[in-house]
Amino acid sequence: MVRLFGPLVGLFFAVALLWSFGNGAYTAIKEPAAETAEHAFHLLPKDIKFASDGAFGKFDKAQLQRGFQVYKEVCSTCHSLKHVAFRDLAALGYSEAEVKAIAKQWGAKQPTFDVKSGERGERDNIASDHFPTVYYAGQGVPPDLSLITKARHDGGAYVASLLTGYQEQPAELLKKFPDAKTPDGLYYNPYFANLNLSMPAPIAGDGQVTYSDGTKATVDQMATDVSAFLIWTAEPKLDKRKQTGWAVLGFLLVATVLAYLAKKNIWADKH
Amino acid sequence: MRVRGGSRQGISMADEASIDTLGVTGEGVRRRDFINIAAVSFAGVGGAAVILPLVSQMAPSADVLAQSSTEIDISAIQAGQAIKAVFRKQPVFIRNLKPEEIKAADDIDASTLRDPQTLEERTKEGKTNWLITMGVCTHLGCVPLGAGEGEVKGEFGGYFCPCHGSHYDTAARIRKGPAPKNLEVPEYSFISDTVVKIG
Amino acid sequence: MSYTWAQEYKPGNGLTQWLDEKLPLPRFVFNAVGAGYPVPRNLNYMWNFGVLAGFCLVLQIVTGVILAMHYAANAGVAFDSVEHIMRDVNWGWMMRYAHANGASAFFVVVYLHIFRGFFYSSYKAPREMIWLLGVTIFLLMMATAFMGYVLPWGQMSFWGAKVITGLFGAIPLVGEPIQIWLLGGFAPDNAALNRFFSLHFLLPFVIAGVIILHIWALHIPGSSNPTGVEVKTESDTVPFHPYYTAKDGFGLGIFLLIYCAILFFAPNALGHPDNYIPANPLSTPAHIVPEWYFYPFYAILRAFTYDFFFIPAKLMGVLAMFGSILVWFFLPWLDTSPVRSGHYRPLFRKFFWFGLIPTMAVLFYCGGAPAAEPYVMISQLASIYYFAHFLIILPLVSSIEKPEPLPFSITEGVLGKDESAVLNAQPTAA
Repeated sequence: MVRLFGPLVGLFFAVALLWSFGNGAYTAIKEPAAETAEHAFHLLPKDIKFASDGAFGKFDKAQLQRGFQVYKEVCSTCHSLKHVAFRDLAALGYSEAEVKAIAKQWGAKQPTFDVKSGERGERDNIASDHFPTVYYAGQGVPPDLSLITKARHDGGAYVASLLTGYQEQPAELLKKFPDAKTPDGLYYNPYFANLNLSMPAPIAGDGQVTYSDGTKATVDQMATDVSAFLIWTAEPKLDKRKQTGWAVLGFLLVATVLAYLAKKNIWADKH
Repeated sequence: MRVRGGSRQGISMADEASIDTLGVTGEGVRRRDFINIAAVSFAGVGGAAVILPLVSQMAPSADVLAQSSTEIDISAIQAGQAIKAVFRKQPVFIRNLKPEEIKAADDIDASTLRDPQTLEERTKEGKTNWLITMGVCTHLGCVPLGAGEGEVKGEFGGYFCPCHGSHYDTAARIRKGPAPKNLEVPEYSFISDTVVKIG
Repeated sequence: MSYTWAQEYKPGNGLTQWLDEKLPLPRFVFNAVGAGYPVPRNLNYMWNFGVLAGFCLVLQIVTGVILAMHYAANAGVAFDSVEHIMRDVNWGWMMRYAHANGASAFFVVVYLHIFRGFFYSSYKAPREMIWLLGVTIFLLMMATAFMGYVLPWGQMSFWGAKVITGLFGAIPLVGEPIQIWLLGGFAPDNAALNRFFSLHFLLPFVIAGVIILHIWALHIPGSSNPTGVEVKTESDTVPFHPYYTAKDGFGLGIFLLIYCAILFFAPNALGHPDNYIPANPLSTPAHIVPEWYFYPFYAILRAFTYDFFFIPAKLMGVLAMFGSILVWFFLPWLDTSPVRSGHYRPLFRKFFWFGLIPTMAVLFYCGGAPAAEPYVMISQLASIYYFAHFLIILPLVSSIEKPEPLPFSITEGVLGKDESAVLNAQPTAA
């Protein structure tokens, strides 16, 4: 039975697939898929290196603090950071008092709701609070940035490239795709998946932020710093993870060598 | 059991076989045993090390620990009043004692009590009127009455636990009923005259 | 075990003797994976993957139970609770990465286990039942993995749930009601998330049950081996313990090295970035794909792009996708060659190495590629070969192939003719 019906079923699927293949091939030749502006002009992130890259990479705390400053002064008006708590900032090297002060002075407040009176209000942030959600009424939906570097391919480099990638729409693009002109209210950026986004260039020029550690705040420097900070917000346990990893791999290597020798021992008389 | 077949397949017999091939050099045997024992020991150590994260994951997480201290504004509590605050997801009673309540507590000879403690030992110096205790009965963990407006305060004017009838006095010391200890005084400090930090 | 020379369990002390009389669990283990189970002496490293798969299941159950202690199966907070695990729970990041990559590891190991079965025809009589149970385990694993992927409630979770339940919508007449019933709504939401969590917790224990049957069925004929020649004498076997426990221990070490390297240094390499974006029912990611281990079947699903007579393309795709796995159930009766091992089957070997393996590689690649040309046309050709291989080529090859000569016994295969003749000359215990 199986040997009779098996080949028939096989033939059935094969013929149905051939039918799809033939139709597909015919269509592909008759009306080849038109190239799109997104496909032709989208760029992959620049090759930007971070201290946390690679198996030995570690966060550079001074850079994270600078990045946090950029986030605070530039991004935080529109972008939330809701998975991160103020207390987490201690990992950037801030003292408990500094963390408390940062929380207290944070611009956006924690919403409160009195269940008895039904009144809504606000209170200052405390260290155990997460960063308060920021609401944005304008065009576009600014994404929460907590996980942004894990939610994009090559996330850190992507954010840095995007921040520094704003430019005039190339004339070549308009010549090739006249319909693809950047609409009003949007901004051209080849590192963004569909080339036009509603966020204007947030880092407009050198010196937009004044670093307390004396680092020169060039556009590239600020973009890289805030990207490094966002790598940290997405994976705060990165340092501990790699540390644990080396300990585990070292142990396993010795254990595996021993297991191999023991195996050789036991099999000695059988081969 | 078939002696022949069994004996040829056994572990001990396998070891004997290796002794044979080695020509019974005791040292060689020991080295080989050593490797096997080391391999098994390493596996054991690895297994034991894995237990650590498996156990510690159940301990309080970072967000829970972050809430292990609470700051409370006590400026609105009038003498004779009390509030219930939340500390580590448990009620804490903050009571502004009236002079007569302090006197009632001081009039008792503390050494005669079940859990001997004076009011002074249970409060901060110069702030004897601020009685801060956990709102958790030391018997089986119910929340005693007496802190809320109009609640029963028990026979000694402090707190009363309705679950099994424990009576606490104005210093929240156990005076009657099954509870073994006075209401616990958590670790706290005055940040200012009006703000107290618990934990 | 059926071999007469199998070692018998002997309780060592009073306690084990007492236990042996009341509940002979130590005896059971001794006979199952101890010295009481004689195994062909010539198993190569491809035979390590069964034990490794068992290890992966334990790993997944342990880390999974722990994650369930911290996870909340509610569409409003599921995503946040996963981030809570990653950030605040002690070692939570390790538990989650271990579980997510553990699923991948489980599939790698099981695929290798299955491909060992393909090459050495482990499915052939008298081992058909082991194979049928194995394919059942694989299907249960797929269901479990799919539902697990939904739980973090990211974009891929949500759209994966929508697309996969949509497959059932292809069934004529009853499809749409079934889809709505599966989801408990018109789109994935709380109801779906909760039932997926419940089933994701349940199914691994069902898998554990079927694995016990799988191993039970294995112990009736005993393990197969790379020559495909059945065990004849005692010299053909060694006791499972210590020989294969030692070998599996070494294999486990190698496995853990690779697994931990990924877990600690590239934990997101096998995942998809979009799943770090919270589920959004109003916006589909630009390029939705399942987890990598479903790629070949996803490629087959997408290969049907045109209605075939009165059968809609969608239905054909669903039929073919399920068919591509169900066909494995019939392997014992499709491949009728009396010779098991691919080592002694010249024609079969060619089709295996130059047909099936490249086809699977192509399907793996195309399943993860965008649904555009040339990937669709390539996966159509690969899918044709896939079905042809199992349903047409295997039956044909088994009837026209001339197998190469087999060794007389396993021992001869290992030690060569002369030495094995000496061993075989000794009468074995009867």
